[in-house]
Amino acid sequence: MSHEHQYSNWQLIKDGLFKENTIFRLAISLCPAIAVTNGLKNGVYMGLAVMFVQVMVNVTVSSIKNFLNPLVRIPVFMLIISGWVSVTDMVMAAYARDVYRQMGLYIQLIVAFASILVMAEMFASKNKVVPSFFNGLGSGLGFMVALVVISFFRELLGRGSLWGFEIAGGSKPLLIMLLPTGGFFAVGILMGFFNWIDIRFYGGKGAGGASGH
Amino acid sequence: MSDFGSLIELFVAASLINNFVFTRFLGLCIFFGVSKKVETAVGMTITFTAVMIISSALSWLIYTYAMIPLDITFLKIVVFIGIVAAFVQSADIIMRKISPGLYYKLGVYLALIATNCIILAVPLINAAEGYSLIKSLVFGLGSGLGFGLALVIMASIREKLELAQVPRPFQGLPLAFVTTGLIALAFTGFSGLITL
Repeated sequence: MSHEHQYSNWQLIKDGLFKENTIFRLAISLCPAIAVTNGLKNGVYMGLAVMFVQVMVNVTVSSIKNFLNPLVRIPVFMLIISGWVSVTDMVMAAYARDVYRQMGLYIQLIVAFASILVMAEMFASKNKVVPSFFNGLGSGLGFMVALVVISFFRELLGRGSLWGFEIAGGSKPLLIMLLPTGGFFAVGILMGFFNWIDIRFYGGKGAGGASGH
Repeated sequence: MSDFGSLIELFVAASLINNFVFTRFLGLCIFFGVSKKVETAVGMTITFTAVMIISSALSWLIYTYAMIPLDITFLKIVVFIGIVAAFVQSADIIMRKISPGLYYKLGVYLALIATNCIILAVPLINAAEGYSLIKSLVFGLGSGLGFGLALVIMASIREKLELAQVPRPFQGLPLAFVTTGLIALAFTGFSGLITL
């Protein structure tokens, strides 16, 4: 590649966490952000699964990039992604049975995540293995942090517990936060909150705006 | 007769009770991206439903007659995404040759569909539930129309929201999320309609 940038590994992780946070800033791969965040435990497992797939896909793509005909790169990327998703799917089906039963479908659907294909295409196919690893790690961590934040509020408010442990004993939880509605509310309000921080303290425009995908 | 009844039940369950957007949370990226104008939403619905029905039929055939006999069902993620992507690509090419007018209207959406989670979810759910061919088709039809209903509702609301005064941090996507939450609350009301 003609221009290989020098990236510091820490910068790559930080970008993935904040500036290019998959959920709150880029607003892609939103489906699991709502689907599996009704408990902290599910959120963490889903985040781990995505992080694993993202890192492995980035490393694989970056290490084979020199042997790859650019014409067939997208199908090859899809094949790599679906391969690693199958691995994750089978590992979780074997070792995390109770979690898998609730969110097996969403694990399988990691394969259709825009964020993973985007990172493979935009970053890993142009950079060396080590930066690609950290890029994947950062973007996966950002995704996981977003899921953890969302599921933290949803479980705390909706069930009065965290990771299954009772916290707000006695008080009546807000059932609505566990329903689909609560998921949409939580993401919308948190997104608005981060936009507010961005506008108020950093003079930004408030991203996560009109974009879709 | 009871067989026909169960098909209708499946259709209602797929389109209203387990609506893809509001209960299963799939296809949100497209949902928020496309639901800005009613016209686009309708075009998207037609394309989506057609692709969904055909791809669920294709993947059912391959799953039942090739993958189960060969005992390679663990490859279903790889195979299904291949089927869907190949089908969407060829539909794109065929439509462009045969009917440029239709392609001009609906073809743009095909590009968005190729790797969409909804399209992939339908064959995966069909395989997991072990539906028959007819049931798979009905499930695809119901899911597609349910998704279309969600798109049209949301698009009509967003056309009105364009004129509303919204606090700056909530402009665009955050507000769309809160609105979707309210619609989802209404859809929760369908949950007692049929007990499968």
